[in-house]
Amino acid sequence: MKKELTIFDNPKNIRRIHMVFFAALVLVLVAEAFVDMHGEFHMESFYGFYAVYGFISYVSLIVIAKLLRKILMRKEDYYDD
Amino acid sequence: MMTNSIPTAFILIVGAAFIPFLRGNILRAYMLALPVMVLVVLINMPQGNFQTFEFLGYDLILGRVDKLSRVFALVFTLMTFLGILFALKVEDNLQHISALVYTGSTLGVVMAGDFLSLYLFWEIMAVSSTFLILASRTRASRDAAFRYIMVHLAGGLSLLAGIVLYVHETHTLAFGFIGLNSLSSWLIFIGVALNAAAIPLHAWLPDAYPMGTPTSTVFLSAFTTKSAVYLLIRTFPGTELLMVIGAVMVTVPIFYAVLENDIRRVLSYSLMNQVGFMLVGIGIGTELALNGVVAHAFCHILYKALLFMAAGSVLQMTGKIKCTEIGGLYKTMPLTCLFCLVGSASISAFPLFSGFVSKSMIVSASAKEQIFLLWLVLQFASTGVVDHAGIKVPFFTFFGHDSGIRAKEPPLNMLLAMGATAFLCVGLGVYYQPLYNLLPFAVNYEPYTGAHVVGQLQLLMFGAFAFTLLILSGYYVPEVKSRNLDADWIYRKLGRLFYRVLDLRLNAVNLISENIVVQFAKGISGFFQKFTTHTALFFAVNLWLVLGYRNQHLAYKKEKLYKEMTCGALPIGIGAVVAISFVLIVFSFI
Repeated sequence: MKKELTIFDNPKNIRRIHMVFFAALVLVLVAEAFVDMHGEFHMESFYGFYAVYGFISYVSLIVIAKLLRKILMRKEDYYDD
Repeated sequence: MMTNSIPTAFILIVGAAFIPFLRGNILRAYMLALPVMVLVVLINMPQGNFQTFEFLGYDLILGRVDKLSRVFALVFTLMTFLGILFALKVEDNLQHISALVYTGSTLGVVMAGDFLSLYLFWEIMAVSSTFLILASRTRASRDAAFRYIMVHLAGGLSLLAGIVLYVHETHTLAFGFIGLNSLSSWLIFIGVALNAAAIPLHAWLPDAYPMGTPTSTVFLSAFTTKSAVYLLIRTFPGTELLMVIGAVMVTVPIFYAVLENDIRRVLSYSLMNQVGFMLVGIGIGTELALNGVVAHAFCHILYKALLFMAAGSVLQMTGKIKCTEIGGLYKTMPLTCLFCLVGSASISAFPLFSGFVSKSMIVSASAKEQIFLLWLVLQFASTGVVDHAGIKVPFFTFFGHDSGIRAKEPPLNMLLAMGATAFLCVGLGVYYQPLYNLLPFAVNYEPYTGAHVVGQLQLLMFGAFAFTLLILSGYYVPEVKSRNLDADWIYRKLGRLFYRVLDLRLNAVNLISENIVVQFAKGISGFFQKFTTHTALFFAVNLWLVLGYRNQHLAYKKEKLYKEMTCGALPIGIGAVVAISFVLIVFSFI
């Protein structure tokens, strides 16, 4: 059998990926300065609107999901009998 | 042309009948050739109505070809080919036959120009897809398939009732735009919306789809819901209710997808979320929105199938598909991992992938119509997609904690099917003009504007940034073995309770009625038995006395007759004699 990949097991590589990712984040924020973001809604032209909205949406999704889990979660064999 | 007289559905449905007679590579080549034949027929068909028959004074149209039905028929045919390629090595004719009948009947639904043939194909679709769920041959799949068919038969009945009323009102079987206005249209709407897994008629989807085999779920994911979307575009465009249902569908399932442990159930909720985008588009109903819906259905069928193929490959090679049991599979399944990532990028609508050029049309249509709240909901849902389908599925399957499983890549045919689908996902994202040319209305839309690309990248990447922070801080939703309550609870738990209550109450009434009836019958029959016995004895004893029987002999005779009368063991001859003599005696008195 072929040798297995371990590239993502190396903490150094993970750190590199994080660095590239954070650099890309800065890049898409800066890129906004060079395009006309004017859209159908006034809100779209606020600087970094999409970045903020994406971040807040994501965090609120996880927070609400965790709350919902308290109500919805049952044991795996809940329907078996 | 000759080919115009062959209904495309029949090529696959009749073609499936020959599968049991073929073996090995001939069977495989034959199965792959069927969708190719359909494609040839489809491409050669000009627009118009073909394969029309008269039936009881109504016109049946099996081949309605216009821009809308053509694009759906094309993507279904393409998907049939990819699905067969993915399932090529499966040694189970039941699966192959039901898959072909299922895909064939879906083509029948899309090409049908009248309600009767539509309904027939609709029901064939429901039955054949049930066999794809049953194909796992486990108890769980059998139970899920049972619930699935019950729900779909109920939906089918609603559709049928609607059709009967519709024909009664309009005196025609032909259909086009209907719109929600009368009882018949509501019944048709409910029947179709159920197949689109519209909330609250959705629970069958996440219940049944994860129960299929690694290959059959790929078929299931593509056809039922999208044929319903096709019908809604044709019959209910601009129905505002669809906007509301769609808005609920893009949001609610993403919470379930976040919580769910079974990867294929995560993908099922994600499927609902994507259909939600389509329903929103149909609800908006403008040309841009409807174009967006068709384009999104086209792209969605491919990337969703790709994700289910990747999940199916993992299930086939490891026997496991739950987040808690898998992880770190990139080490030995790098190609499957890569294809899964392409599917994830496509469904997340990352620029240069297919979802970007289709979903954005629907979102833009909501902005154009100035429906601000809906627009916000759609953007929120877009980040939700990034979470569950874009990150969760590949991360917990191929990265995350190392499960220690070292499974090999799936067989070549499965890799080829995934590779081809992944190629199409990227191809459509980069070179989208051919897809736009297929859409029902003329397209005046450019997805790759600077603002759109930057906005979308910010939305997706800052969502991913939030994930990075949450997972590093340990706050992200932990993987837990669990079931999450959904609407199927109503018929799985409440339904059972209802059944028990009925059992307890109604069967008690049954028992009481039974006792009364039985006691009454016993009393009556006992009375008549005694009466006849004593009458018979009276006449027989007198007869015997006349004949000269006495003492012990007479007592023995009496005893014997009494026993025979009470046990019903009387020889028929004697019975007849007694009856006749009784009649004679009665007659002599008259």
